[in-house]
Amino acid sequence: MTLAEQYVAFMTILRKEIRRYLRIWTQTLLPSAITMSLYFVIFGSLIGSRIGDMGGFSYMQFVVPGLIMMAIVTNSYANVVSSFFGAKFNHSVEELLVSPTPNYVILMGYVIGGVTRGLLVAVVVTLVSLFFTRMQVHSYFVVVLIVLMTSTLFALAGFINAVFANSFDDISIVPTFVLTPLIYLGGVFYSMDLLPEFWANVSKLNPLVYVVNAFRYGVLGVSDVSLSFSLAMIAIFTVIAFAFSMHLLNSGKRLRQ
Amino acid sequence: MIPALTIENLSKVYGDGFEALKGISLKVEQGDFFALLGPNGAGKSTTIGIICSLVAKTGGRVAVFDADIDVDFPAAKKYIGIVPQEFNFNQFEKVLDIVVNQAGFYGLPPGIAHQRAQKYLKALGLWDKRDVPSRTLSGGMKRRLMIARALVHEPRLLILDEPTAGVDIEMRRSMWEFLQQINAEGTTIILTTHYLEEAEALCRNIAIINHGEIAQHSSIKSLLKQLHREIFILDCVLELPEVVTIEGFTVYRVDAHTLEVEVGQGQRINDVFTALDAQAIEISSMRSKSNRLEEMFVNLVEGAA
Repeated sequence: MTLAEQYVAFMTILRKEIRRYLRIWTQTLLPSAITMSLYFVIFGSLIGSRIGDMGGFSYMQFVVPGLIMMAIVTNSYANVVSSFFGAKFNHSVEELLVSPTPNYVILMGYVIGGVTRGLLVAVVVTLVSLFFTRMQVHSYFVVVLIVLMTSTLFALAGFINAVFANSFDDISIVPTFVLTPLIYLGGVFYSMDLLPEFWANVSKLNPLVYVVNAFRYGVLGVSDVSLSFSLAMIAIFTVIAFAFSMHLLNSGKRLRQ
Repeated sequence: MIPALTIENLSKVYGDGFEALKGISLKVEQGDFFALLGPNGAGKSTTIGIICSLVAKTGGRVAVFDADIDVDFPAAKKYIGIVPQEFNFNQFEKVLDIVVNQAGFYGLPPGIAHQRAQKYLKALGLWDKRDVPSRTLSGGMKRRLMIARALVHEPRLLILDEPTAGVDIEMRRSMWEFLQQINAEGTTIILTTHYLEEAEALCRNIAIINHGEIAQHSSIKSLLKQLHREIFILDCVLELPEVVTIEGFTVYRVDAHTLEVEVGQGQRINDVFTALDAQAIEISSMRSKSNRLEEMFVNLVEGAA
């Protein structure tokens, strides 16, 4: 395939992905807006007003970056895992596998599709947050960089989950039993400074800590961990996830007989 | 002229140790209408799966026109259009989107993709259904949708895995006509089917796979010549005498107006008519008792069992 043909194939996958989640926006975009509004009301306004400052900011200001990142992580992951597993389940993935589209184009198409949903939800949640607090941005560059890197990483993770999944139960196990606990324990609602030293160290094994704190640095200018270390960790995880995804596609594991 | 498909010593052993293909070899010439027959589990779908990359081969060589799948699989894929046995499209997508997207996966820009989709959806009688979700189509329409999808990049080799399974007679006939038309326009077609009259009506050459091996690979004509006998049913105008004999032929009086005559290899059916004429027996119609290809197929498959 020429580069121009590969671009056409990539855009076809991407358009198909975007059309898919926009068609079912009540399942893909709306829930995040509602859930995050509830978080803002409960944790930000009701409970947050009694907690006081955290990390030098009001509790509402402190939790907003984490909640936006939570929406990005869950949506970019969910988009790819459900879309690619759905294609596997109804065998429509064969449309791609029999075509000359290179594997990296297939992967990019699905991943960028997940990234766009993550970005769209991030915009929606950010707009919702403006009803509850004033938004300040410390570094637009860091914000954009972290959002893109994180959504890419978790879209890749969703792809890997979809390849290994054999049933619809399998695509909800990881988000329910792995992703959600890691997000809750990733410093969305609290500063690491509040944890005893032992648990603060344990938390450093959680990749979501770096994602949430790097984004919080971009928005508020404060972070529990070093920004450069966070960026490096996210980049390393992304490279590993990309390499593993390509290995799965090239070897045809669970996709070809 | 290089063959449209060359398969040499192709083997496939699945993870559970099942040997689906035991080193098969076959060639399909350009422009051919080729039948790949075999009982369930014989290795037909495995062969097709390997050709279009859904199944990884264990050994052997496959080339589609000038493209060896081990050297340049993308080039081979561009030559192939595949119509699988099972529906493998997203049932929630619209008919037009399915075909246009498939064109995109082959690198066709949106403008050309829409033109081609229109051309083939119209040719297959689905243009009026272009905006409906594919799940609302009937079984026959879904099969035609898969043909339109397979043709949208205008492949030189079209592979159809039981395309008329579960399709009513009228629809089957119209699909036959369409396939004959695109074959006449130069597309090589490989067909697997359980309807042997379909293979006999459409195909010029045939391969029969059984237990992962090629049991027969020849033209349908030469295959049928191997039949030792054929039984014809003759409907007679007047009531037949109690005993009817024709010298050199085995004759069975089915009822007062029906005869069965067995014609062996090398015998002429003219002799039957001459003999009946001499006995003042008039024939109003005649038909073959069995599907000749079916008989051949059963002989080959059962003989190998």
